[in-house]
Amino acid sequence: MTDAGIATIWVYLSTTPLLGLTITLVAYGIAYRTYLWAGSNPLLHPVVLAVTMLILFLVATDTPYEAYFTGGQFVHFLLGPATVALAIPLYQQLPKIRRLWLPVLITLVSGVTIGALSSVALARLFGASLQTQLSLAPKSVTAPVAMGISEQIGGLPSLTAVMVVATGILGAILGTKLFALLRIRDDSVKGIAMGITAHGIGTARAFQVSTEMGAFSGLAMALSTFTTALVLPWLLQWLGWLG
Amino acid sequence: MQFLNGITLLLIFQLIGEFGARLLDIPVPGPVIGMLLLFLALAVRRSVPPSLDTASSTLLSHLSLLFVPAGVGMMIHFERITGEWLPIAVALLGSTVITMLASALIMAGTSRLFAPGERQDD
Repeated sequence: MTDAGIATIWVYLSTTPLLGLTITLVAYGIAYRTYLWAGSNPLLHPVVLAVTMLILFLVATDTPYEAYFTGGQFVHFLLGPATVALAIPLYQQLPKIRRLWLPVLITLVSGVTIGALSSVALARLFGASLQTQLSLAPKSVTAPVAMGISEQIGGLPSLTAVMVVATGILGAILGTKLFALLRIRDDSVKGIAMGITAHGIGTARAFQVSTEMGAFSGLAMALSTFTTALVLPWLLQWLGWLG
Repeated sequence: MQFLNGITLLLIFQLIGEFGARLLDIPVPGPVIGMLLLFLALAVRRSVPPSLDTASSTLLSHLSLLFVPAGVGMMIHFERITGEWLPIAVALLGSTVITMLASALIMAGTSRLFAPGERQDD
């Protein structure tokens, strides 16, 4: 096979969904095995490793993100049904949710407000551009929702997606350490805090700790999605932070 | 077949959610509405069909994977992120810690206040 022949095949393959989909699964497979091999060290979170490997590969092969996403979108699409699937662990915790509905409601409204305002305030204080500030505001809710809110308030949806993933990873890494520091052992408390702060990535981490923590994290993630979508645009406008 | 039936049900609920969100013009994403509808359906039915259980545990056990393509999107914002790295880093780190601590403390405090005897320390 000549070099020109290989180049032609590459040009063809790099535009088909097959390549993007395959490298996503391979990178995640390697990342997940590395994470397990390192004793589930949170710093080696599989999303961080997989994203790093994929970006290095795409930059090295000069493949644009759009070409990669023709395949990546099949994995991305599953976020929808996975969000719907959170109803099942949620239902299994129904008796406990029924007893705790008032604390959950109070925590939810205050947590969502604190999360959004602290991110915009810190970004403003340290001199971020308005567009970056607004892209950061919905960072604690799940990616598809955050992107919608970002567009609505004047941020950059694709930058928001990155901020959402970064927040999720930070929350998943720091959460269990912060809870140990505060001596919080109740899985329902840990789950609620994780879900409000770190959406699906935090929820994935919470399920590794216990099903109860995962279910409460899923509950908090779902309800904070609603709360943020309804409260955030109005809140930022009221504060005059929309520019 | 179990998995297929389960994933079909999930997609049907997502579709109803998308339809409802657009019809009623609510600024909440379809899958979230789908999740709440499925939750209500399960609460009425009072049990989880095995097919749904199979599909949901399979999807949720690999939840992290589903965020990878969005994360790779970082590469198109490389310049903005390096140009504004300090405010972005401070906002992400500071706000994540503040939100996590505040939510945990508020939840722990209000649980003790409104649902005493619910704490199960191990």
